[in-house]
Parts: sequence; structure tokens; C-alpha cells
Amino acid sequence: MSESLPMTMAQKILAAHAGRESVQVGELIDVRVDFVLANDITAPIAIREFAKLGVDHVFDRERIALVPDHFTPNKDIKSAEQVKLMREFAHQQGIVHYWEIGRVGIEHALLPEQGLVLPGDVVVGADSHTCTYGAVGAFATGMGSTDIAVAMAMGRIWMRVPETIKFIYRGKLRPWVGGKDLILYTIGLIGVDGALYKAMEFTGPTIEELSMDGRFTMANMAIEAGAKAGLFAVDAKTEAYVAERAQRPYTSYFSDPEAEYGQVIEIDASTIELQVAFPHLPSNTRPLSQVDHIEIDQVVIGSCTNGRWSDLLQAAKILRGRKVHPNVRCIVIPGTQQIYLRAVREGLAEIFIEAGAVLSTPTCGPCLGGHMGVLAAGERCVSTTNRNFVGRMGHVESEVYLAGPAVAAASAVLGYIGGPDQL
Amino acid sequence: MSIRGRVWKYGDNVDTDAIIPARYLNTSSEKELAAHCMEDIDPSFAREVKAGDIIVAGRNFGCGSSREHAPVAIKASGVACVIAETFARIFFRNAINIGLPILECPEAVQATEAGQTLEVDLAKGIIRNLDTGQEFRAVPYPDFMLAIIDAGGLIEYTRRKLQQARS
Repeated sequence: MSESLPMTMAQKILAAHAGRESVQVGELIDVRVDFVLANDITAPIAIREFAKLGVDHVFDRERIALVPDHFTPNKDIKSAEQVKLMREFAHQQGIVHYWEIGRVGIEHALLPEQGLVLPGDVVVGADSHTCTYGAVGAFATGMGSTDIAVAMAMGRIWMRVPETIKFIYRGKLRPWVGGKDLILYTIGLIGVDGALYKAMEFTGPTIEELSMDGRFTMANMAIEAGAKAGLFAVDAKTEAYVAERAQRPYTSYFSDPEAEYGQVIEIDASTIELQVAFPHLPSNTRPLSQVDHIEIDQVVIGSCTNGRWSDLLQAAKILRGRKVHPNVRCIVIPGTQQIYLRAVREGLAEIFIEAGAVLSTPTCGPCLGGHMGVLAAGERCVSTTNRNFVGRMGHVESEVYLAGPAVAAASAVLGYIGGPDQL
Repeated sequence: MSIRGRVWKYGDNVDTDAIIPARYLNTSSEKELAAHCMEDIDPSFAREVKAGDIIVAGRNFGCGSSREHAPVAIKASGVACVIAETFARIFFRNAINIGLPILECPEAVQATEAGQTLEVDLAKGIIRNLDTGQEFRAVPYPDFMLAIIDAGGLIEYTRRKLQQARS
């Protein structure tokens, strides 16, 4: 038997899907995909391009998800037409994973929750935050609609094997500090192209302690450092999360101890404060202690980054018995219907509504300036979402400050950017 | 294929929200997308861009979302080629897939100013600044990507492969 080269988990997953024993960094390979997704913005183009291929059927009607989550509930006639096109394609092709509002959730919260993306999978999605599924040990990456059209038809796609940057986090997290703060800090450290074309592997004792929700948040924002994927090794927490959801077998891949990394970055997580990314880049981060008095108009708590149960729970702990500042609109958006229902059953809904916040149905809406909280000129928003580019949430002269749910909820009460300790 | 065009120059990290704001993503009409291209960072672009013009930008061009509407908007606005120091990964794939010519060449970017005229030989990856007379060589494409580019994009490339497999 030939001695196989040590590989990172990214290499191992890709090798397995290319039918190879090993793959090397930089190689262009053709890989089998386990799951493909698109949303109401990207699917219409993918469907149009799919039609040009001259293929009658998608590669596997159970391995594709079409998720109407961005401009839903349909915000205007054009959006309704886009969803209609998607719905008709789903029905015509017999695609199993299509959901209407009332059942749908934000794609990257919904798919892991439904057990559709699993450890060791290769997942490609026509959405840049597809990298979220690295939290369950999948190699997941965002692509455009044309790539997804080909993936839907062939069940295969070309990839370049990425170099991996290994991040090792050590130390106990400070109170209220979570996955969002870790990833914002990391992006601040390496920049918005610090991991361009590369995979990020998040490891270390701090990560072992981090909840699945925290890991989803971190993997989700790997793209904001330019990364192709953000990966976590499967451990007991992953197994517990996946076991009750998976409906097909899966394989976990682990980086070899001798695997070659492009870079290894060690971070003392015990020194990381609550983080805020200032306009207009996710890398423009500051610890909360270095944030001046900045008055705000809106707070958004939700999205594929921070719309999960622990995010809502953290926000509720802060908003409980308090009121949203008279000058602030606070919008809370659970990521999925399951999370929404749990928020109702366990009293979070009441806390948010009594505090004077809006509790919305799951939607990507305000994150990309679509609907449900678009900003006017000069308005400032503290948002648990993932991007603060110029005009991202509305008017070109509006400002987005990215933070975790603790800072967002505390800021909603204070009327300016602040943390729970300032309440 | 040779291109000669006037330069629109932008900085680092031109994101896809800048190329085509999400508020216009309720359509995939190329003409409508082109009408709003670069709107939030350069309102004059969509108004004044001419067929054959060239976008020259810094690092990480096209970062952010996976929206293919971004390279589509650029292509539909008449831009013949984008030259950047580096491209964001998804934008890079999307541009190749839809047949928008892109070249990576940090030296050319640093030595080019807005309004200058460039001549680009796409096949050879040679960029000539006609105002300064300087010549640059872009990072060459791997053969596999050249095959996609030569086919006119990923759809046509895949369609041909499928036809070959059938016959």
C-alpha cells in the first residue's frame, strides 16, 4: 500500500469527492457534489442557464434545495415573479426541498437544521454564505448561478484545491463574547482578502467550547475574509447536532497532524472584547472599549449569521424587562420557523414585543437592503448581519455597524453603540 | 482578440453591492442591471460608459455576494474587460463562466489612470497603455479555464462536453 501524503480536512473531503487518494493544493479537480442550493435571487438565472444545457432532469431531485428567503414574503411584483419561476421549476423537476413562506427559513439556518448538509459533504450554493456549512465539517462554498446550473445538471463541478490557513484559538471567552466577536476579530486581523482563494480551519480549545450556533456564525463569515470555505473538525457537539437530523450516512474527515498549512495563526481569545465592524468593511473592526458615542436609528438581530436560537436567547436576556430606546427601531428576525416557534413557546417573543421590538417572519430582507428595514440617508444601524458595504442596507449614505447579538440588543436599549455592561 | 478602450479606475475591494446594489436584484434583465451598474460608488458610470471601455481596479475586485448579476451588469454595460490586482474568488468564476474577460495584473493597475486608453490582447494577456507606451503581461490562465473562455462560457463548454459524451 502506498503511503498517503498528509492532508488537511479540506483536501481530504475534496479528494474523496474527486475519486482520488490525495489532492494537492492548487490542483484543478472535478468533484462530485452532495448538495446544491440556490435562492430567489440566484435561482432564476441558474434555471435560465440550466435550460440552455439541453439536459432534461436535475442530477438528483433530493439533493437540491431552492430557498425563497431573500425578498420573501414577496416584497414586490418582480420578486413574486422570481419566486414563481423558482416554484414552477421545483414542481416541474420534482425538487423535494422547496418551501413556501410559513415553512421556509433563511437558507443557511434552514439547511443544517433540516439535516440536509452533513459532515464530509461537498456543498455548492448560489449564495456566498454557503460556507456556513463548514460548521458541521462540510466543504461548502458559494458560487454564481451559472456554476450552480451546471452543478444541478451534472452533480459535479470544477474546483481548485485551496491552501488552508489554520487558526488556533486559546483561552476562555469573556462574558457575552461569542462566535461573531471571534470572527470579526479574525477578519480585522487578516483583512477582507486575507484568506482569498483559501480555506480557513478554525481550531483550538476555545473552539472546542464554542456552541454549534457560534461555529455557524464563524463559518458563515469566512467569505468576508475572501475565503472559499471555513471549516471545523467534527466533534461530540457536531455529532449531537447532526445525529438527530441526518437522514443519510455521512463521513467525517480530520486534518492530519502533519498536514501542510499555508499559515498558522494563533489567537489568545481571552483578550478579545466585544467587537464592532465600522462602515464600510467587515474588517474595519474595533473593540467595544474603543467605540465613541455613536447614536443609532436601527438595530437588526437576525440573518444567516446570527438568527439562530442562541443569538435570540442572548438578545432576550438583555431586552428582558427593558425598553428599546425611543429613537431606535429594533427588528428581530428568527432564522427559521422552528426557531420562531421556540421563541414563542419559551417566552422570547413576549420579551421582544414588550421591549418594543419588531418580531419578523424569517427573511434575509434588511441584511441586503431588500425590505423589512431599509435605511434612509444618514441613518445608522447596528446589525448582527455580515456586510456593511456602502449602501448595503439601503441609502448610499446610510451606515451599518456589524456586531454580535449582545452589542446589538444593548445598543437598541441605549440608543447608541454599547454593550450589556453599559446598561 | 484585441480590445482598445478608455479606462474607468477604481480602488481596492469594489464589492458586488457597489457593482450592482441588491435593491435591483428583483430582476435578471441585463439591460436593467446595466442601467444601475456602479451606481452607489460612481453615479456617472452607467450614464457615460461606452462599449469597449475597460475597468481597472485594485485588490479583491468583486468581493461580497455570489450574485452573477455583478459581472452580467458590467458586461451588459459594454465593458470589454476588467483588469484588477486580484479578483474575489466567486466573481472570478462568474466572470469566466459568463464570458466577461478579466485579467489579473497588479503592475498594469498601478501604472494606469482613469481616462487613459489601454489596448489589451486577451489571448496573449498583454496590456498596453497607449498614453504612456508601457506594456504589461497579465497572469496567464490555466489551460482548463482557457477552454471555458474559448467556448464562450461554462454553459457552452458543458453543452459541448455533453454532446461529445452522447455521440
